[in-house]
Amino acid sequence: MKRSLMGRLWPNLVAVVIFIFCVFPVYWMFATAFKPTGDIIAEDPVWFPTNATFEHFKTAVDADHFWTMAGNSLIVTLLAVVFSLIIGVTAAFALARMRFKGRRGFIIGFMLAQMAPWEVMVIAIYIIVRDADMLNSLIPLTLFYMVMILPFTLLTLRGFVAAVPKELEESAMVDGCTRMQAFRRVILPLLAPGLMSTSLFGFITAWNEFPLVLVLNKEAESKTLPVWLSSFQTQFGDDWGATMAAASLFAVPILILFVFLQRRAVSGLTDGAVKG
Amino acid sequence: MTVQKTERPPSGPTEVQTSDGGPRPGGPRRSAGRLTGVTPYLLLAPAIIVTLLLLGWPLVNNGILSFQNLNMRQFILHLTEWNGFDNYKEVLTGEDFWRVTGRSVAFTAVNVVLIMVLGTLVGLLLARLGRKMRTFLLVGLVLAWAMPVVAASTVYQWLFAQRFGVVNWVLAKIGFESMADHDWLATQASTFFVVLLLIVWMSIPFVAINLYAATTTIPKELYEAASLDGAGAWKQFTQVTMPYLRPFLYATTFLEIIWVFKAFVQVFTINEGGPDRLTEILPVYAYIEGMGNQHFGMGAAIALLTIVILLAITSFYLRIVLKQEEDEL
Repeated sequence: MKRSLMGRLWPNLVAVVIFIFCVFPVYWMFATAFKPTGDIIAEDPVWFPTNATFEHFKTAVDADHFWTMAGNSLIVTLLAVVFSLIIGVTAAFALARMRFKGRRGFIIGFMLAQMAPWEVMVIAIYIIVRDADMLNSLIPLTLFYMVMILPFTLLTLRGFVAAVPKELEESAMVDGCTRMQAFRRVILPLLAPGLMSTSLFGFITAWNEFPLVLVLNKEAESKTLPVWLSSFQTQFGDDWGATMAAASLFAVPILILFVFLQRRAVSGLTDGAVKG
Repeated sequence: MTVQKTERPPSGPTEVQTSDGGPRPGGPRRSAGRLTGVTPYLLLAPAIIVTLLLLGWPLVNNGILSFQNLNMRQFILHLTEWNGFDNYKEVLTGEDFWRVTGRSVAFTAVNVVLIMVLGTLVGLLLARLGRKMRTFLLVGLVLAWAMPVVAASTVYQWLFAQRFGVVNWVLAKIGFESMADHDWLATQASTFFVVLLLIVWMSIPFVAINLYAATTTIPKELYEAASLDGAGAWKQFTQVTMPYLRPFLYATTFLEIIWVFKAFVQVFTINEGGPDRLTEILPVYAYIEGMGNQHFGMGAAIALLTIVILLAITSFYLRIVLKQEEDEL
């Protein structure tokens, strides 16, 4: 009797331990951000921010160029996502619904592009952008982020398009729509959830991007939030309250977005990444 | 379009081509899905052009730069000085490159093994839990997964901070008094430990959640048949669960290898490859040599070698994927 109780208990205990392992760093970030400095540098850790304060958030937001960089991040990310969706959905339609020479080659090509080693190409990109006289501009960032998220967008959307029954399209065409009209009026609305979740993943990738912007945009006016956060920490040194507030401000949009992610998109990540 | 030799011949009636690529009146069933002509190429053109331009050109440019003697002087004066294979000779005959390569491979191996083993165990645990407890754990996993990497590495620096870091406090409390003021970023081993923990922490959710999702697709009948055949729990696991999950395990292992091998951000933001450049992995090494020390040509050569090594490591799996893709289309 006792044994079977233990048998049912231990998975739950392990689950709690793993839960704590997963959540504690996130919790500690928020908790520290709200604690007054005195509590942060107490001899024994203060586990709950009982005397919550917003002073650290104020420090972070008042820091030089926070709003400029937040704006940059938002502009670059949104534009990259929108462009890659527009380009990706048309290509996904062709790859999911049409037969033509080279189709498989294109799919494999985009699968390889998905694995592009952007982290090690920063030097080459830096020289290209320098020669184009576009350092410290948001345009190259937007373009590169667009291409960074394009293969994933395209391959995942291809799965979503393929999931729409062909009959819907065909009956629209029987009713006199051209193929493009059938696509726009019948398929596109049905793709809404797919567009939603792929764009969320694209948003997360572009929002997080660090190595390229670190190299390309050295002027404060053209940086984005990831470099702001990393330089903020250097600048504020041991002011962990402000640093954790800054990290929270950066993380919150992504944490919120993740909540909206469809389960379909989560599994689409592996499908799109390796299966095409 | 030379890759097309094995394209499966279209089944059903022969294709009907129309000049505008539109459907033929009265024959929608025939035209849907088998439209030919230039339309598909036009639809694909933007994606292909931007990819070739913005991904292909940096790759080619990287190759070109790697044959140049490009340092600060040449960079400022816009000089192009070719030096043949000198960069490669210098990199490949130097000790540093091989040391960093060995470190990178070991680093990737340790990380990926930990991520896969722990992630799989957590995934199987998810499948065992009751509904409420499972939702609870899923929320925790998603929270860790959703943390942006720069924010996460900042938090880890705080957790492991020398003064007032909660990890040192806990270690001191449970009996390791010497850890009270430990500087985690002072030595190679402990810096790597922090980076490793960070990467494992942020990677487990992806493996666990995917694996759990995969277990939900295993047909119950398989287990019933297995238990009819007298298979115990362990036998069922090795004979039913594992074979069924194998494709998912391959796929996620492959992705994790790529991601960990390129883990520039985690290593760079935690300690910029320090102390004394002892935690540089290949992407960080290429960056520090190329951008930091302004030996751009050298950096490009290291970058190219890194790509080659990455391809070599993953080629085994790439072959499987490409083959599978051929079978499926």
